[in-house]
Amino acid sequence: MSAPAAHHYTSTGLDSRKIAIWAFIGSECMLFVSLISTYLIYKGKSLVGPYPHEAYTSPTGQTFPPILDIPVTSASTFVLLMSSLAMVLALAAVQNKEVPKHTTGDRILGSSKLWLWMTALLGTTFLGFQAYEFTAFVNEGLTIRTNLFGSSFFTLTGFHGAHVTAGVIWLVSLLAIDYRRGLGPNDALNVDLAALYWHFVDVVWIVIFTLVYLIQ
Amino acid sequence: MANEPVHSDPAATTPHAAAHEHHHPTWQTYVKVGAVLTAITVAEVWAYYIPSLVASRIFVPMLLIMSAVKFITVVMFYMHLKYDHKLFRVLFTGPLFIAALTLLALMFLFGQLAAKLGR
Repeated sequence: MSAPAAHHYTSTGLDSRKIAIWAFIGSECMLFVSLISTYLIYKGKSLVGPYPHEAYTSPTGQTFPPILDIPVTSASTFVLLMSSLAMVLALAAVQNKEVPKHTTGDRILGSSKLWLWMTALLGTTFLGFQAYEFTAFVNEGLTIRTNLFGSSFFTLTGFHGAHVTAGVIWLVSLLAIDYRRGLGPNDALNVDLAALYWHFVDVVWIVIFTLVYLIQ
Repeated sequence: MANEPVHSDPAATTPHAAAHEHHHPTWQTYVKVGAVLTAITVAEVWAYYIPSLVASRIFVPMLLIMSAVKFITVVMFYMHLKYDHKLFRVLFTGPLFIAALTLLALMFLFGQLAAKLGR
């Protein structure tokens, strides 16, 4: 089983790493709000299409349909929400690792490997949806250089996708530790830090989904 | 384990700090929260496909409220801000408040500027 983790208490009695991750998340809020602000300020100001919610006919007569694919994005949003559920179950499994498991249900709920795998898999699926969406947009004529919508959209969602990618790498590293020596209650803080980051990425998407995709 | 409450992370706090914390929810609560989040998302997408609702004045505020409920639910239950130390709440809501004010200020500024420039 795992070795006891070193504690880094501050004068508040709280672990410095947990304070640091919350401070980091606070700063990330500002980063994403700046990107969202940019998107909203540029919204509706593109001189040429494709547009997010309206069809566009170019001077050459080429017609572009509304470019956002709401059913696909709704599915990816659901996937990311479920990954947050899997992550919180992974944390609970690590915290309760030493609690005896009597039933199959207890063993499933208590498997940190299963829930970490699920979270990483769902995160990767979300990235797959995003890769599909970006490819479809480029094929339909929208790139980061096409118009203000393309620039602000790809920057905002691209930054979010990069954060999800970092989260998946973090999860895979936790999985590697779990396979190597097992994650136990002494590692709960390390998993908690990853979980906080993952949930933050999820809440950012909750906001992006509403502001970018649903509000016309 | 099924009905056992998940305890606060023992490695994150000293006993003194832990005294200010409460137990984390059970897995049943997490699943219920997941169901609520899914239901709200379904309602949001459903609303998007009702043209009369989209054209109405309540559409945008309604979506913003639903999004805010989802945001707060994840932060409170999945990120455990409801149960954790108050300092974490301050570290999160402080920058979030500043960011929200910045967003509103920018929207107002650019809205006014665009109006003055006639765009």
